Amino acid sequence: MPSPLFYIFAAIMLIGGTMVVFMRNPVSSALSMVLSFLGLAALFVGLDAYLIGILQILVYAGAIMVLFIFIIMLLDLKAEENTSFRPAALAAGIVIPLMLVFQLTGVINNQDSLRDIPALELEQAATNFDKNTMIHKRLKDGRLPDTHLLGKKLYTDYNFPLQMVAVLLLVATIGCVSLSRKNSK
Amino acid sequence: MPFDSLPTPTLNEYLMISGLLFAIGLAGVIIRRNIIVIFMCLEMMLAAASLTLVAFSRFHTVDGLPDYDGQMLVFFVITVAAAEVAVGLAIIVSLYRARQTIQTDELTSLRG
Repeated sequence: MPSPLFYIFAAIMLIGGTMVVFMRNPVSSALSMVLSFLGLAALFVGLDAYLIGILQILVYAGAIMVLFIFIIMLLDLKAEENTSFRPAALAAGIVIPLMLVFQLTGVINNQDSLRDIPALELEQAATNFDKNTMIHKRLKDGRLPDTHLLGKKLYTDYNFPLQMVAVLLLVATIGCVSLSRKNSK
Repeated sequence: MPFDSLPTPTLNEYLMISGLLFAIGLAGVIIRRNIIVIFMCLEMMLAAASLTLVAFSRFHTVDGLPDYDGQMLVFFVITVAAAEVAVGLAIIVSLYRARQTIQTDELTSLRG
């Protein structure tokens, strides 16, 4: 991804993030969050992570933020009436992240690994895969079969974590049901 | 390609941007009192960490391909975050039913 595009999408992401923090109305915060995640998904696509970018839009901007907006509207939250933030919290909330940013800037400026993005060698990578597979064909054509490669890794190297995540989702479902029952005492 | 002559961002720029997003999320967690907005800012910090992982995955090529271990971790982070949001929002709804408020400075039963 060329640098100007990178800066545009990074600016969209950071402006969206800032609006989440400083919008009074929770619905505006949630919609700014969608904006921020759209910029982030564009950055993912620029890093050749097409599946992760799409998942970011589908799962975060689609499902999770809709759930947030649904809950905000269900609870009928108004914009905060007293428009001033507490001064102590505001000061701490600006100083502590600024310290983090300064520290990070110091570390990053001391790293001389200011290297350019390494080129992908698709044709050469194709030789590592079986000739009959879709991955091989796509790589030969000079395209990156991102989803195929991730799926292959998911069902071979990461099979056990995948099953653990399945159990986790089941537990989360049961937890939600038992939390939202009427007499959960 | 007409844009090939333009420079591309370096790894440090990606790390800086994701650090900034993380700092904004941290600021939101400290400043805001609405527990739903705090929760959204937590999600933003998770997303910033994901950007770091994807950037490292792309800048560390293995056999000419991106290192997909990093993207796998992002995949699991997204899954766990979805489960976490579902449970967290269920807790917030039952909290609201019990107390009629979701402002953190009005929830002082533990004298915090």
